[in-house]
Amino acid sequence: MLGFGNSRTAQTPAAASPDVIALRDLRKVYDTGAVKVEALRGLDLAVAENEFIAIVGPSGSGKSTLLNILGCLDTPSSGSYQLRGEEVSKLTGDQLADVRNRRIGFIFQNFNLLPQITAFENVELPLLFKGTPTRQRRERVEKLLERVGLADRMAHRPVELSGGQMQRVAIARALACEPDIILADEPTGNLDTGSGKDILHLFEELWAQGNTVLVITHDPSVAKRTQRVVRIQDGLITEDTRSAPSESV
Amino acid sequence: MRTFALVFRLFRSAAKIQRKRMLLTVMAITWGTISIVLLLSFGEGLKRSLVEGSQGMGVGLLIVWPGQTSLTFAGLPQGRQIRLLPEDVTLLQQNIPELANAVGEKVDWSLQLTRGRVSLNKRVVGTDPIYGELRNHRPQPGGRFIDPLDLDQKRRVIFLGDKLKAELFGAAPAVGETLLVNQVPFTVIGVAEAKKQTSTYYGPDDDAAVMPMSTFAALTGRLYLNDLILKPRTPELMPTVRRRLFEVLGGRYRFDSADTRALSYWDTVESQQVMRNIMAGLQIFLGVIGGLTLLIGGVGVANIMYAAVKHRTKEIGVEMALGARRLYVTGPLVLESLTLTAIGGLGGVAVGWGLVELLGWVQSKSNSEALNFLGRPTFSPGVATVTILLLGSIGFVAGYFPSRRAVSIQPAEALRYD
Repeated sequence: MLGFGNSRTAQTPAAASPDVIALRDLRKVYDTGAVKVEALRGLDLAVAENEFIAIVGPSGSGKSTLLNILGCLDTPSSGSYQLRGEEVSKLTGDQLADVRNRRIGFIFQNFNLLPQITAFENVELPLLFKGTPTRQRRERVEKLLERVGLADRMAHRPVELSGGQMQRVAIARALACEPDIILADEPTGNLDTGSGKDILHLFEELWAQGNTVLVITHDPSVAKRTQRVVRIQDGLITEDTRSAPSESV
Repeated sequence: MRTFALVFRLFRSAAKIQRKRMLLTVMAITWGTISIVLLLSFGEGLKRSLVEGSQGMGVGLLIVWPGQTSLTFAGLPQGRQIRLLPEDVTLLQQNIPELANAVGEKVDWSLQLTRGRVSLNKRVVGTDPIYGELRNHRPQPGGRFIDPLDLDQKRRVIFLGDKLKAELFGAAPAVGETLLVNQVPFTVIGVAEAKKQTSTYYGPDDDAAVMPMSTFAALTGRLYLNDLILKPRTPELMPTVRRRLFEVLGGRYRFDSADTRALSYWDTVESQQVMRNIMAGLQIFLGVIGGLTLLIGGVGVANIMYAAVKHRTKEIGVEMALGARRLYVTGPLVLESLTLTAIGGLGGVAVGWGLVELLGWVQSKSNSEALNFLGRPTFSPGVATVTILLLGSIGFVAGYFPSRRAVSIQPAEALRYD
């Protein structure tokens, strides 16, 4: 984390479950009326504290569905999803919104910054939804943007930023509420090689600072940098390998 | 405050894209508001005019006419003619404590009034001084109504309705002048103030003359009263007074107090209530028509909000992914809808109010009887309240349903939207 006191990690009874994420027999069926598409067919996965994990697989393998469910953007059809020991698969509406707000930091391939507001305001948004008081909010946003190296770009709108800068704003935004886990969906997919490397480097730093990071990618060079690679095919995990990430850059 | 500012900026872009559509919608709301303000103000004006008119002959009165018995009583046959005498007024006042006042009237429909070469046959009433107050028949400044001394001394004095005065004297002053009633000279002591009168039983007051009852009796030789005017202390006491009237006069003239034909009456409290109900119905009717017009504007607002939601689906998805609770998504949409409605409504109220004032001015300047009857359109606090409530609820509904749709989508789905 970014060295802020009073982080939730200390309050949550982590002892109850050492895993940040625990999935059991997770299934997702898309019912399009005529055909039922089974995107996830009974997935088991455990992600421990401070893991740097890559989920890889061909398109249509179900990895995006998995990410959406992990990010509480979608709900599983059946099975269990525990986030730090708390069952979240049955939560609805505003409860899910709070989970997304406080416990998950989401980073998208296409950044998903709101175009009409500044970088500062984009990072501020989750804190606003959380209800952080104005002064604390400002201090936190400034610190976060400094952290990702954009101290001089706070008042810029997304269109005035490069792709790499936009993704860094998005990362600052994901970190705003000190989430339990950072989820990234092809974070370098829309970036040139140089910016992609910078972003990956940032992820490594976050990991080194104790964050749990989960990246979806089909870029082997990204996967190579992680500590653990989970391969998904046809809605099932086909491979789960742990390794020391190679030294590079 | 900052939250509000941010929300506002998020929506400004949506407003920019649909500026033209938004302008048209605001105009539709304005138009709806104008029509509702005009309709309700006309209703209010008409109501006030009718109430004023119906109160022109006095408020809360019971007018009583003698009738014919329809029941046998104490060996007496039915079909007896009942006649009322001036002393019955005192009798009723003594025996009905609920009465505030009572007065008798003797009426001749065709006494000859002559002034110079003008000679008219008009209705003349012989009555007591209290009649003026009861029947809202007041003198213009410079004159007076008949008084007790006139009555005692059988003075030959006469009080003229304003229209009658104009017919006899034109624009010249009448008070202190002499005119002939059936060739007997009378002094004019006062002229009635102009008033709006829509209820009458013998005819409008402005076309009749009043003189002391004693003088009237001497002039015409009339013994009996044409009618009695009773006023209870409060309108609620009217039923009691009605019942007691039949009991007291039944005892005096020996008819069954249940004999409804022995006396006939007009209960103006009852008829005013009926009129109020009709007016309330009319107001609701006008309000509904105006409301429907406004509804069209509301549909426009809802349409815009739906388009805004559709346009912003992805952004809403992002907001939800960042943990926006439902209220953060629905709140601004409802707020925006309310703002649009408020802008349109404000314009509508301003224009409507202006039109109402203008029409009121035209009405007050014109001599048209129809316009006079319609009354001066009035933008009353009641009209304002109804308008604001209607605008508010339409604005809320027009924002609420689209916003419901916005939060009903799964964030994952909203994020995929392009």
